[in-house]
Amino acid sequence: MKTIGLAKGLLYYYYHVLWKSFFDALEVPYIESTTSTKKIIELGKEKCIDEACLSMKIFLGHVEYLKDKCDMILIPRIYSIEKKEQVCTNFNALYDLIRNLYPTLTLLNYNVDVKHHHKEKEAFIKMGKQLGFSTSKSYHAYKLAKQKEQRYFKQLEKSGEKKLKTKKTKILLLGHPYNLQDEMIGKRIYNYLKEKNIEIIYSYEMPKDKVNEEVQKISPKVHWTMNKQLLASFVYFKDSVDGTILITSFPCGPDSLTNEMILRKRGKSKVLLLTFEDLNSDIAIITRLESFLDMLKGGIHL
Amino acid sequence: MRQILAFPQLGDYQYPIRRLLMDMTHLEVLEVPPITKKTIALGSKYSPDSVCIPFKYNLGNFIEALEKGANVLFQAGGGCRYRYYAEVQETILRDLGYDFTFVQIIGRDHLRFKELYHIFKGFNKNLTRKNFLKNLIFAFFYITYLDKIDEYIRHRVGFEVEKNSFLKLKKAFIQKCNKAKNIFSLTKIYYQYKKKCKKIKINKPKNCLKVGFIGELYTAMERYSNYNLEKTLASYHIEIKRFTNLTYLLWKKALFLPIMKRKVKKYCKYTLGADGMDNVYRVLWLKKHGYDGIIHTKPTGCTPEIGAIPILMRAAQEEKMPIIFFSFDEQSGMEGINTRLEAFYDLLTLKKEAQK
Repeated sequence: MKTIGLAKGLLYYYYHVLWKSFFDALEVPYIESTTSTKKIIELGKEKCIDEACLSMKIFLGHVEYLKDKCDMILIPRIYSIEKKEQVCTNFNALYDLIRNLYPTLTLLNYNVDVKHHHKEKEAFIKMGKQLGFSTSKSYHAYKLAKQKEQRYFKQLEKSGEKKLKTKKTKILLLGHPYNLQDEMIGKRIYNYLKEKNIEIIYSYEMPKDKVNEEVQKISPKVHWTMNKQLLASFVYFKDSVDGTILITSFPCGPDSLTNEMILRKRGKSKVLLLTFEDLNSDIAIITRLESFLDMLKGGIHL
Repeated sequence: MRQILAFPQLGDYQYPIRRLLMDMTHLEVLEVPPITKKTIALGSKYSPDSVCIPFKYNLGNFIEALEKGANVLFQAGGGCRYRYYAEVQETILRDLGYDFTFVQIIGRDHLRFKELYHIFKGFNKNLTRKNFLKNLIFAFFYITYLDKIDEYIRHRVGFEVEKNSFLKLKKAFIQKCNKAKNIFSLTKIYYQYKKKCKKIKINKPKNCLKVGFIGELYTAMERYSNYNLEKTLASYHIEIKRFTNLTYLLWKKALFLPIMKRKVKKYCKYTLGADGMDNVYRVLWLKKHGYDGIIHTKPTGCTPEIGAIPILMRAAQEEKMPIIFFSFDEQSGMEGINTRLEAFYDLLTLKKEAQK
């Protein structure tokens, strides 16, 4: 059986439960790349043009790491998850980008484009076909995987609710999951805040069914499905947390506008914007985090 | 209060758009002052840092228009970040303390005539469906003719004997078109000027340098944002082929998409977002039609083009086409661009001579 490689970057963090349980159900072996390191970023930087965003560089680094360790790599291509909405154009181009950078690599077909009638279900059935499974078998596996994903989302919701009830200082980390959970981006902040005994709430821990309702309060016209979730979770959490940290990678396209929207409509809630670049040292971030924490406490009184 | 309309600049398209708005609403439409250093300085002062350049230009246009007394602002929309411009710009301008109405023409993913009709009906109660269609078709023809004349000029402008003769011709053409009463007189003017355009003396050698101009749409269409790159190229006696214009974006693109998809199968399986795949197709087209080089322009941080550039590089390498990438931001230094352009020009001439 061929081994499938899952690169730990970008869409992996949105869909990893779905993908992994799908492959588990079909009993296809898969491997994941390591957690991000400085070396991974260096590898990605070599493959990419300078202007690409940090998350993209990290993703390419993971692909570079994986390319000799597996037979196929899953590179998703997503145009729209919901009708009348779009996603960042990097996800549109990702498949072809990797195909052109590594002409010899075998890629798994995965194309979701609801606007042009390519649904997620079909994408998984086609993927199953490429791996040599019948339609019914891959459909069954997809259904199982989808159930597992739903359970995972419920779990996240519950943990979010639980965290809100604690009496510790609460900080909302707002950003794309691939930035928040990355070892080189979000985990650095997580580690620092954990040391200071602060409860951390992730932006993806809000109930998914409330997204459309909450986003109307801040920006009704936003058309990026993923940034819609961020805006909604800011509105959802802003009154119950002490502060918000926006985490974004430089130069993220959608974030550049939605962050501006959050900063302009934040009202009285306290917001810190941290932009990550491949040159960042921990010290610069920690200085800013320290002053933010001091501000949350009400300033330093000497 | 008297309503004065304004919209952001986009090259010479300000004339057909202005005419369309005037015909539809019968209100005063402000002539937005041409883009200067002040415009971009104003725009980038109030914009988020890492946003793409068209946002800053548009915001600068809006601020200048508001200062001049406009109180109804028009913004379009489309794909990528452009669709979200309207809302953020409205928020920024309101935070600055201006009082205005903001109208987004294309609120969803593509133009809907019914939506457009209701927007204009709100301004002009006497607007009938017939008039609406008539005005729309007029604007459509105006844009098409403008693009066609532009194409003729672009083929010849580098070799004109008398300086600025084409510039004068285009100015006269636009002035006449603005006064045209209906589509028939517009068509007449177009053919008249097409003839005139062909009569202007040029000194074009048979194997002149030919360069294709590809890239992101705003930097291709707005002269100021690409530092008059086309003019500089013309001064080197180069024939220019530019693909992106409003005609292309409005209807040609949808028509060509299936053909393009088939032609670029080697490099792209799917569309790349915005004009990404089109640019890959253009590289192949330019090679096929014997062009010497390609100039690619984009604003700094343009996500779809960043995704497309590695593919473009590979396509250009395999087709053996020289390609140069320009990334424009709000800085207004010309020298860096001119130096690179000169080096590119030298490379093309050397290559051409070696072929002989």
